[in-house]
Order: sequence, then C-alpha cells, then structure tokens
Amino acid sequence: MEFFRIRQDIPFMRHALAFNVISLLTFLLAVFFLFSRGLHLSVEFTGGTLIELNYAQAAADLEKVRLGLAKAGYTDVSVQNFGTSHDVLIRLPLKADQNTTKIGEAVMDVLSKEAPGATLRRVEFVGPQVGKELAENGALALLLVVIGIVVYLAFRFEWRFSVSAIIANLHDVIIILGFFAFFQWEFSLSVLAAVLAVLGYSVNESVVVFDRVRETFKKTRGLTTPQVLDHAITSTISRTIITHGSTQMMVLSMLLFGGETLYYFALALTIGICFGIYSSVLVASPLVMWLGVSREQFVKPKRQIEGANEDGAVV
Amino acid sequence: MNRYPLWKYVIIAFALLLGLVYTLPNFFGEAPAVQVSSAKATLKVDEKTRERVAGVLHGAGIEDSSLFLDSTGVKVRLRSAESQLQARDVLEKQFNPDPADPQYVVALNLLSNSPRWLTSLHALPMYLGLDLRGGVHFLLQVDMKGALTKRLDSIGADLRTLLRDKNVRHAGITREGERVIIRFRDGQTRNAARTVLEDNQPDLLLAEQGEGDELRLLATLKPAAIKRIQEFAVRQNMTTLSNRINELGVAEPVIAQQGADRIVVQLPGVQDTAKAKDILGRTATLEIRMVDETPGALEAAQAGQLPFGSELYVERGGLPLLVKKQVVLTGDRLTDAQPGFDNQTHEPAVHLTLDSTGARIFKDVTRDNVGKRMAIVLIEKGKGEVVTAPVIRTEIAGGRVQISGRMSTVEANDTALLLRAGSLAAPMEIIEERAIGPSLGAENIEKGFHSTLWGFAAIAAFMIVYYVLFGLVSVIALAANLLFLIALLSMLQATLTLPGIAAIALTLGMAIDANVLINERIREELRNGSTPQAAIHTGYERAFGTILDSNVTTLIAGIALLIFGSGPVRGFAVVHCLGILTSLFSAVVVSRAMINLLYGSRRKVESLAIGQIWKPGNTARA
Repeated sequence: MEFFRIRQDIPFMRHALAFNVISLLTFLLAVFFLFSRGLHLSVEFTGGTLIELNYAQAAADLEKVRLGLAKAGYTDVSVQNFGTSHDVLIRLPLKADQNTTKIGEAVMDVLSKEAPGATLRRVEFVGPQVGKELAENGALALLLVVIGIVVYLAFRFEWRFSVSAIIANLHDVIIILGFFAFFQWEFSLSVLAAVLAVLGYSVNESVVVFDRVRETFKKTRGLTTPQVLDHAITSTISRTIITHGSTQMMVLSMLLFGGETLYYFALALTIGICFGIYSSVLVASPLVMWLGVSREQFVKPKRQIEGANEDGAVV
Repeated sequence: MNRYPLWKYVIIAFALLLGLVYTLPNFFGEAPAVQVSSAKATLKVDEKTRERVAGVLHGAGIEDSSLFLDSTGVKVRLRSAESQLQARDVLEKQFNPDPADPQYVVALNLLSNSPRWLTSLHALPMYLGLDLRGGVHFLLQVDMKGALTKRLDSIGADLRTLLRDKNVRHAGITREGERVIIRFRDGQTRNAARTVLEDNQPDLLLAEQGEGDELRLLATLKPAAIKRIQEFAVRQNMTTLSNRINELGVAEPVIAQQGADRIVVQLPGVQDTAKAKDILGRTATLEIRMVDETPGALEAAQAGQLPFGSELYVERGGLPLLVKKQVVLTGDRLTDAQPGFDNQTHEPAVHLTLDSTGARIFKDVTRDNVGKRMAIVLIEKGKGEVVTAPVIRTEIAGGRVQISGRMSTVEANDTALLLRAGSLAAPMEIIEERAIGPSLGAENIEKGFHSTLWGFAAIAAFMIVYYVLFGLVSVIALAANLLFLIALLSMLQATLTLPGIAAIALTLGMAIDANVLINERIREELRNGSTPQAAIHTGYERAFGTILDSNVTTLIAGIALLIFGSGPVRGFAVVHCLGILTSLFSAVVVSRAMINLLYGSRRKVESLAIGQIWKPGNTARA
C-alpha cells in the first residue's frame, strides 16, 4: 500500500504568503479569545474544593443538589454532571472565612439530608498558595522548553531554523489555548502537560523537514530556496502524515476510552497534532524562507589555514 | 553490510530477557493480605511475632497461602477477600486486646502474587498511585515562621537567665517579630552583655542601636541557625506524623518531605478523610513527674486504694508504678532528644535538651530529689504511658539531661524518637487534599489500560497493512519498547498514576515515528534505484540523525516538565522521558537486529517486503 504518489514537488512555497496570513489570523483570533474569555482554570490553579459524587440508584438531580447547597449557605457553587448522568461534580471556590479543610465532610452532611443516596468518589482541596505556584511553575516550564529548543536547534542547525520552528510551535500552543478559551473547556494540570508535550512533539516535525532542507542544500546545486523547501516538504510529507496519524490513533483511543479524566488531555493533544502538521509544514518553512536561508549557510567554504603555504601544508 | 556481530544480538537478547523478567511481576496481580506491624516505636515486630500470627490464624482455622516477616512487619497472604477480613478481625482481637490502646497495626493490604523467584531477583510490580488504588493525599505546609518565633521566645527566656547568672543588669528583654531586643541603661553594661552573649549564644547575630540611656542590643538568628531550626522542625513533624499515622492502620503510608517546608502524606486505602485529619492534627504531650515511693503505697494502689494525688501506671516492661499527679515539667520545655552513649559507662542513653526555664526547674527538682525516681510520661488521647522512670543520681544543671540505664541502643533510639515525636515542632496546615474512592481507582486502571491497548492495536494493524514485514518488525520493536519501559519503571519502583499511563500511551504513539521515518526512507532509497541491501543500510543510517534530533526536542519538553511539574505532571514527565530513551534503543537497534536477521545473511535479496513501492512513471513493484 502506498498513499502518496507524488510525481513532482508540490509548490507549497508559492502560496506561502497566503498560509502565513491564515496563520496570523487564527493566531490573532486565539489571542483575542484568550483575552476576552480567558481560560477556564481548574481547581488546581485557582484553589478551591472539588467534590465528585456518584448516585448509584438513579440519575442525579442537579437542581436538588444546588438547592440543598444554597440552603446550607454555599454560594458560588458550580454543580454539573461529570461523564455520566449518575456522576456529579461540585466545585466550591476558596473562601477566607470558611474552614476549608472540613468542606468535603460538611458538603456530604448537607447532601445526605437534601439529596440522599450519594457516595463520595473524590475530594480535592487546593489551598491558594499551591495554585499560584502551579501557575508560576507552568509558565517557567514553558519558558524552559522554548529556550531549550531554540538553543538546541540553533546549535544543531542554524538560528533561522530555530527561530522559525519555535514561532511555528508557539503559534500551535496559543491556538490550543485559544480553543480552550473559546469553548471554555477546563484547563487543568494534565492539559498543561499535554500542551508542553505537544510543543516538544511538533518541533519534531519541523526538525524532520529542516533536516531534509539541509540535506538538499548540501546535495543538489542550482535549486532556488523555495524549490529546496518544496522538495524537502514533499519528500517528507508521507512520513509526516503517517506518523501523526499513528500518534493520533493512540490519542483518539485515549479520547474514546480514557474517560473524563483523560478527555481534555487527549483533546489538547488532538488539536496540537492537527495544528502541528499544518504549522511545521506551512508556517515554519515560509518563515525560514523569509528569514533568508540559503545554500551558502550549509556548504562550508574551504577553510584557509593561517600560515599555510601554497600547497596547503602547514610548516 | 546488514549484519550485526554476535555480541550485539547477545546484548539485545539479554535486554529483552531482562525486560521480560522485570515486567512479569505486574501481570500476576495482587492477593488480599493482612499486615501486622508495630504501632509503637518501642515495640519491635520479629520472628516471635511471626510465630504468634501463625499460631492465631491456625487456631482460628484460617488458611494462609504464605506468611512471612519483612522490614515493615509480618505479612500474611490469604486466599480470598473474605478470609482476609476474618483474619484481620481475629488478629486485631488477639494483638490489640484493648482497642483504646493499640499495640500493633493490623491492616488490610494487597500483596503481589508474583512467584518467589521473581521477588528474590527484586523484580517487583510497579507501585500504584492513589488515583489508581484509592486513598487520601495531603500536602501539609509547616509554618516556619511559627517554628522560628517559638525558638526566639525560648531564646528570650534563655537570655534572661543567662544575664542574671552573669550579673548583667538589663532593662528588659522582648521579642519583636523575628528579633529579640535587650534594653540597657548604659554602654558599659551593654558591652558586658555583648561579650556574654557572644560567648554563650553562638547562634545569635548581634547589633547595637540607640543613644544615651536608651541603648539596645538587637539579637537575630544567624542564617545557618535558621536553616537548622527549620530543618529540625520539618524532620520532627514528619516523625510525629508517622507515629500518629501508625494508628490509622494503613499498610503502606507515604510520608515525605516536599521542598523546604512541605510534607506529603499519602494513605492508600483510607477513605475516612475526617478521621485521618483528626489524627494528623492531634497533639501529644510529654510530662515529667515524680514517682510516689511511699512504702506500701504501690501495694495499696494495686489493691484498689489509690493514695491521694497519685496515679497508677504501667511502666514499659510491665512493672506497675505509682506516679504523682503533680507535673514537674511538660514537653514544651523540651527542645531536643537524641540517642547517644553515657560518657563514663558507655551505656546507651538518651540526651535531652531543655530550654532555660525548663533547665532551671529541672535543676531545682533534681537537687531536692537525689536518689529518688522520676517518671517520663507520654500522654496521647488522654492516656498516659510511662516511657521510662530513671533514678536521679545527682543534681542536673544546664538543661542537658541524660536518661540511661537498662536500655539497649535500639531502646535508646526509640525513646528519643518517642520523646521528640510527642509534639509538633511547628504548626502545620493542610494546603492540598485529595481523596479518591477505590471504585474510581479501579475504573481509572481499566480506562488507562483500554486506551493503551486499543491505540496499540490500531497502530499495529495499520503498520502491518502499510509496511507488511517491515511493519511487523516495527510493531515488535514498539512492543519491545513497551516492555523496556514497564520493566524500567518496575525496576525504579516508580509509582504509576493515570497521567503515567497516559504518558505510556502517548510515548508509544510518538515512538512509532522513528520506525515510520526508517521505513519511509528505505522506500525512498528503493524508489531511487538502490539495491535492497543498500536501501536498508542507508535507510537506517540516514534516518538515525533525524530520529536523534526529534527525540532530543521531545526530551527537552519532558525534562522541563520534570523540573517544574509537581504531583501528577511529574509522573507524566518521568514516564515520558524514560519512554523516549527506551524508544531510541528499541526503534533503532532492536528493529535493525530483526531486519538484519531476516535479510542480512541472505546472499541475494530480490525485493523487500515493505509494501508497494510506487515509482513515478511506472507501477512496477520493486
């Protein structure tokens, strides 16, 4: 079986400008949603209490749970189904005046009267200082990944490659965040892990293309830079699609079978993988072109050794 | 050119064998078990306890499938969950006749079913995280400021005594924030005080302030001293916590320091968070009292006539003891307790350090009671226990007290621990709490397992259809990668969590990339007209550089997560990083070895079973 039967190089670079404009628009849109709607941060980041209940007998009556909690004086409570209609997730914000460490038991007490039949499945309480630290550490991790990748690629290839790879992939990250902001999906620690994993993973993609670009520059003469890029992308496109397809199969399996806990993790990965293909091929490569990559940067000129005589031998 | 030397095959075979052996224990599952361990630091579980457990179970007619003693206690593997509960009840009744004062922890546990030869190779199954087995997790913040102010308060008291002893007249000592301020009326006294303090209080940093008759000496703690106090506070709080947790009857509690001032407590299998929190927050106190040695009083007390102002206690070792109700000293005055040896007799001893007020009281009491006995009583949950009741030999001044006599080194260690563990060195606050029900844990395992299984199956099916024999080789290499990864995690005794399982799945999904790169490259070489053998050779050679580069970038992301991640994210990162390393080996070396075995030895290879190779211009197969 062979999916890709490409007779000649596809002229990706001819449409480079169009792709970059599309990317810029999506990027700006994502930034806009990030600022206008903001991320729906999980309890891990904001601090607060999370309680998961299971009503084994019948579907949970969310209204009853809400009313019961309101009666007991819990305001600002979010009550929703979690996965199935039998499972309920209650989120309580942090309050200075409440004894936060006892909230889990207090809520169960209230519910055993107001909406009986529930069993406690999970309680999570996160204090305010922990949440703040997590957010800070998340940002630091992102920064470290970006610096690490830029330095490695600059060392291994050329600064032009490293700059365009990191721009392309940060664009992916912002777009994932944009999706989470637009749909108000819950942004938890595991989603953050997924975002960072995507960053490392989709840089792969750019690396594979760049590797080919370097090789083509070294091997063949007389091709223009856009032609070299087209050739590199075309000859790696089958691998790109197959690899991402395989990874996506695994992620899809998590999305389907992983349950609620892994759902958003897998979702972030899915978006990351789809945009990863797009950005590394159609964002990073044009950027490299705009930054002015050329054959001379890869073919080393013959070194002149100081003090060498005509024959090249050092005496 | 596609041949490996023998040693390479041997190494690969050895790695696979090792992987298999260390992965195996994870497949045997777990058997219900009961674990008997000591609830008191002073009580050791030994061979005798093992025999006693065996005797009790035999007497109750409960059959066990194995019974052994290890470093944590006596463990009994049972045939069913039902007999597990029976055994627990019987053992609890026999080992803790008084439920209010448990001597042993009898806890339900799960033990790996893996055969003994695996266990003796240290091939143990991975430890399951709380999200997979259910339980409670607490993150406690130690109030360092509290520990420091407590210490400064006692330093303030020390200074007062010290200056009085040296006849230096000050105009008041107060603590303001994190410094102690000593006031003086004239410079000469201040200088005298300064010399005294510098000689006697090496932990203090002194600064002068004020003019005229409003002179002050500011004393702050040196950074090294602050560090020592904080480390001590965390260590002592951890000791206290582990003593208290023993009472919950948890089989494998985790108590670990996180960062400079935090303590993680994980209690697998515990559902009752309220009780757990009560026990974590409880305080125990230590009291020093005099022993009532009036002739005949003890006999009268044992007969039921308790003399006024005295209480009957049982000393450790079982001897009854009559102790006066009046408290000489409380544990608040104790700043440290360390095991050691007597300077003269070289007997094992416990060295106590009292603060200045405590030292003064102790000096007075010992001077007045030479030759009499004093009892050290530990009070927990309103119940007292005499830890030891030594005879006072001489007056003891200076706040350094030594308890010795009739003690083994182990007992000295235990007593010191017990005395230290009496109370918390600094207040603590729960800043994170997570409780996961056992059913949720089982569900999480199932979900994680299914995601990985179906994802793997889908990838395998696709690879075999698309790349035929090379696809099969890639799938076997991927399976080897899974094997190595799980073996490595088991060897490291890593804790597997749901994010960890997700990382395994994701790593597998990403690891196939290396094989896709190789296979595509081989196809390309064939397309360009290389001979099959040359195509294999150059395909692997060329793809390796790319594989290395792409894995390094992924590794960078993994390492960043490892450094900055906490809790579940760190679990994810560990698996992710290890998975990248194992995938490099399996995708490149293991798959190459298989291909070499298949094709390398053949003299003439007509074609490679790598699926259809389409060449522009014709549709012939290569």
